[in-house]
Amino acid sequence: MSSFRRLLGYALHYRRDFLLGLGCVIVSRGVAVAGPWVLGYAIDDLKADVTRAKLIDYGGLLLAIGVVSGVFLFLQRRILTGASRHIEYDMRNDFFAHLQTLPLGFFQTRRTGDLMSRATNDLNAVRMMIGPAVMYSTSTLLTLVVALTLMISIDARLTLLALIPLPFVSISVKYFGSAIHERFEQIQAQLSDLSAVVQEALSGVRVVRAYRQEAHELERFRESNAEYLRRNRRLVMIQGLFFPSMSFFLGLGALIALWFGSRDVINGRLSLGKFVAFNSYLTMLSWPVIAFGWVTNMLQRGMASWKRMLDVLDTVPAIRDTEPQTDPRTQREPRTQIRNASATSTIRGTIEFRDLVFSYDGGEAVLNHVSVTIEAGQTIALVGVTGSGKSTLISLLARLHDPPPGTVFIDGVDVRDIPLAVLRGAIGFVPQEPFLFSDTLADNVAFGLDAQLALRPPDSPAIDPRARMDRIVAAAAVARLDKDVADFPKAYDTMVGERGITLSGGQKQRTAIARAIVIDPTILILDDALSAVDTYTEEEILSRLRGVMRQRTSLIVSHRISTVRDADQILVIDEGRIVERGTHDALIRHNGLYAALHRKQLLEEELAAS
Amino acid sequence: MSALHDDEILGKAYDARLMRRLLGYLWPYWRPVAIAFIAIVAGSVAQLAQPYLIKVAIDRHIGAGRLEGLDRLAAIYLGILVASFAADYVQTWILQLTGQRIMFDLRMAIYGHLQRLDLKYYDRNPVGRLMTRVTSDVDVLNDLFTSGVVTVFGDVFTLLGIMGVMLWMNWRLALVAFSVLPLIVLVTQWFRRNVRDSYRVVRGWIARINAFLQENITGMATVQLFRREALNYGRFDEIDRKHRDANIDSIFYYSVFYPAIEVVSSLASALIIWYGGGNVLRNTLSIGVLVAFLQYSVRFFRPISDMSEKFNVLQSAMASSERIFKLLDEPVAIESPARPIHRSSQAMGHIVFDHVWFGYSTKPPGDLRDLSGSHDELDDADYVLKDVSFEVRPGQRVGIVGATGAGKTSLINLLMRFYDVTRGRITIDGVDLRDLDLAGLRGLFSLVLQDVHLFSGTIAENISLGNSAIDDTRLRRAARAVHADVFIERLPAGYASPVAERGSTLSMGQKQLLSFARALAFDPRVLILDEATSSVDTETELLIRDALHALMAGRTTIAIAHRLSTIQDMDKILVLHKGRLRESGTHQELLAARGIYFKLFELQYKNREAQERQDGQEVGSVRL
Repeated sequence: MSSFRRLLGYALHYRRDFLLGLGCVIVSRGVAVAGPWVLGYAIDDLKADVTRAKLIDYGGLLLAIGVVSGVFLFLQRRILTGASRHIEYDMRNDFFAHLQTLPLGFFQTRRTGDLMSRATNDLNAVRMMIGPAVMYSTSTLLTLVVALTLMISIDARLTLLALIPLPFVSISVKYFGSAIHERFEQIQAQLSDLSAVVQEALSGVRVVRAYRQEAHELERFRESNAEYLRRNRRLVMIQGLFFPSMSFFLGLGALIALWFGSRDVINGRLSLGKFVAFNSYLTMLSWPVIAFGWVTNMLQRGMASWKRMLDVLDTVPAIRDTEPQTDPRTQREPRTQIRNASATSTIRGTIEFRDLVFSYDGGEAVLNHVSVTIEAGQTIALVGVTGSGKSTLISLLARLHDPPPGTVFIDGVDVRDIPLAVLRGAIGFVPQEPFLFSDTLADNVAFGLDAQLALRPPDSPAIDPRARMDRIVAAAAVARLDKDVADFPKAYDTMVGERGITLSGGQKQRTAIARAIVIDPTILILDDALSAVDTYTEEEILSRLRGVMRQRTSLIVSHRISTVRDADQILVIDEGRIVERGTHDALIRHNGLYAALHRKQLLEEELAAS
Repeated sequence: MSALHDDEILGKAYDARLMRRLLGYLWPYWRPVAIAFIAIVAGSVAQLAQPYLIKVAIDRHIGAGRLEGLDRLAAIYLGILVASFAADYVQTWILQLTGQRIMFDLRMAIYGHLQRLDLKYYDRNPVGRLMTRVTSDVDVLNDLFTSGVVTVFGDVFTLLGIMGVMLWMNWRLALVAFSVLPLIVLVTQWFRRNVRDSYRVVRGWIARINAFLQENITGMATVQLFRREALNYGRFDEIDRKHRDANIDSIFYYSVFYPAIEVVSSLASALIIWYGGGNVLRNTLSIGVLVAFLQYSVRFFRPISDMSEKFNVLQSAMASSERIFKLLDEPVAIESPARPIHRSSQAMGHIVFDHVWFGYSTKPPGDLRDLSGSHDELDDADYVLKDVSFEVRPGQRVGIVGATGAGKTSLINLLMRFYDVTRGRITIDGVDLRDLDLAGLRGLFSLVLQDVHLFSGTIAENISLGNSAIDDTRLRRAARAVHADVFIERLPAGYASPVAERGSTLSMGQKQLLSFARALAFDPRVLILDEATSSVDTETELLIRDALHALMAGRTTIAIAHRLSTIQDMDKILVLHKGRLRESGTHQELLAARGIYFKLFELQYKNREAQERQDGQEVGSVRL
């Protein structure tokens, strides 16, 4: 019910269109139904010998009916289908806006293709339900009612007799409908299996070629493809029966009308004109009966798709700003909060984790009683084996996942109470696997900068494109991206991603570093962000970063000792706990896990060198 | 944005060249298709007979007041209904089934061709796009069969039949009715021209919506971290609005078409009543014929107004087939030679790179394509490998080092003939790679990649792949030799345990060991390791190091490594720098030369040396 009401909410925006459109449906159908009636009179008059002038009247009347009905049919289609396109647009915008509010955790549990299909295929089914289905069902219903009334007024007994096959039509629609639906689902399931086989072989093309698995893979594909064919055959078997049996039952109705009707005409109970009109109405009915099954199908699909969309639209963003009145930092409305979010200077960069215990969805604790205070301007390194909880810890700082209340603080304020826009505006985050958009290199570096500029108060001075470019170039220099850019054909205007050049892993990481630096963040976070960069370039970037990072708080996650040894404080994390902390020298002296890790890295090289 | 993507091919509504090619796929099924055509014709005749029977009923019985003979007429009518049912069913069943068979054939053809295309093609086309060719594009073609476009031929037959019957019953009245035909042609032409253009525009916007969504959903964390929500929403709104407006434009044409046909249809009825009615009054026409004419004209216009729906299907089917045929026409750049030179089985695999030059593309792809310039000549900067010469003797172990982008992986791509050299040549035992049988060549090698690719199936199947020569013992022996047996036997079903999607339940190290087992089970003459050990933690790496020794024993090995430590004990180390082979020799020789290798080494070991000075004692105590 509530899902229906939500749908209605969208439609009510265009209620004037709908009313107007439905009015057109009534006029158009109402006039069209008069056609056979005129025909009946014309034929009866022909039997009674009329003047030719009268014939012209009848012809003109038929044409007028066609024209009026046609004009309103045009208006009806244009208005109603147009409204459905407007609703589709509103819905898609809302859907996208809602996706933007959902946290990382949501996207980790959903497949991109699935979400996209909801925003396109499902939305299209919903639109078909709102537009064409509503249009056809009202016009069908109207035709049915009016035509039946007129048929009954011609001859009630004949009407009942002619409609005897009708229940069979409904029954077969229902039977075929569900059988087709079931077989169709089996086909869809096999299609996804087929896709999986293809995806696997194509993404592993090097392995397939290197181990000469082409024939083997082709065989695997043939099996899946053959099963797909088999299931389609099962569908075709019954689907092919659908329309022929429809026309059979309807033809049966016409036969009955002929059988009884002709007797009535001969007995003088029915005029020939009425008989012909009756037959015309019967033909007119065949369309509604078929359309009925079709419309039901559209409604069913539409409602199912709408539920799938609501499934996303009703997901409450797990990570969002607290209500304005409970927000200690500002009393402004949420909108103006975002507007003024560029006031990042309010964040100085003192970070505190206070007895932080964290687990994903109530699972095993990933972080256990983590307590640490980081002064503004310090550089902190996080070291530990894969899966120890380093990345989780820093993701909580940017609220990619939400920490429990009272555990993570910036400048003494719980991060949960800092408006997201303010919090994220102060953080430059370089993820493990950087994501670049198919855009120019400059736009990718300025990704956050452009947002920052757009979020400034409306009265701030205009942006000088040259100043923007200077900032991009400066950030790229720190990230050692400048050397690569010089080799690109269009320098910073080079397109990257699918439509442009493919960057190497290291180039992507360095672009992401430039992207983080260019927004001039108070807190810089590098999540193993140099893993694909060779050691020589890494050294260069680190030394440049040191210059930039002097004023800021930096958190660096890394596997390599060389990356972290100069940090103010190194935290060694093991199974979600901070097991050691201190400077490189102190930790080496402490002779614990860090020293062991360090020794192990040295030892492996010793072993190899000997 | 100027380069036209395959996905943006929108197609004409009808393209004779494509249609001929599609019909080629129909040819093997000409027998069932012929039967279907007979059924179509039979169905049309049955359709045509119905109004005629009504005419007979009116003229001979109802109008004349004669009841006898009506039973026979009703029986014939029933018979025609049954015949029409049978013909329709046979027709749809055969045609749809044939459609499915053709889809099967097409999929096999596309997939088979994909298995032969070289890696350059894969570089240009992301996996998602190729999958679309095999699945969605083929399914769109199937719509030709399911949504009745194929039965258009039947419709045409019906139309001609109706015209014939009308002419036969009364040619004067028929000509009067046909006088509206030019109007139909005009309306249809107008519709076709406009819809084709608006369809292209709409499809273009749909493609943009998809691309935008795909990118923004995948990169949502980045969008949120950098507070791009409002900016990106604005962009999306713009695309979405243009899509909506394009659709509303196209609605206009559809909205006009249906009613216009209806008006023309009522004009035809009016003419029949006016002219035919006059003839009835002059007793030159029976009322039955008049009624039959009215019924035929309704049946005549129905398929025409259905055409607007079929038109869309036809257009997207043409676009899909164009994309499919473009893929099928993609030449296979790397193939076995027609008459390969057979290597003798004693040949040990002496590999020589002889002044090899290589660039990945003639010109950079996409919008960077320089249309004015020559396509054959590469600039010096386009070469990834420049004049590289070296040899690998049987049994030798060779390491390759160099910064990212120095061309290390390209060497291996050339050796396995994933790509062909641009200039120069590579020989094995004196024979050019390009003269060898492709499968035979690749059979010499086992390739281990940093990013392990696992297939859905069991652990055992992932080791042996499709190679039936690898039996259970050989498989287990391989796993044991690389220490993979330890974790495999701990799995619930051991070697028969299923590997989850992309091996998500296995750790990076376990996947790596599994790929070693695979490489060993194939017992190659030459082992190729591409950065195979750079992505695991130190703990696992020691285990893997040991496994590697087992793997390399008695085998020619070529290993690429980030970390110098992994290749220090190799017989020969090649140092690549900006596509050129700058140094080669043993670890000690290269250090003594004080060149690039020395610099790389110094960088990696600087920290260690600093540590040694500072804390020499401790390190000394653990030195072996």
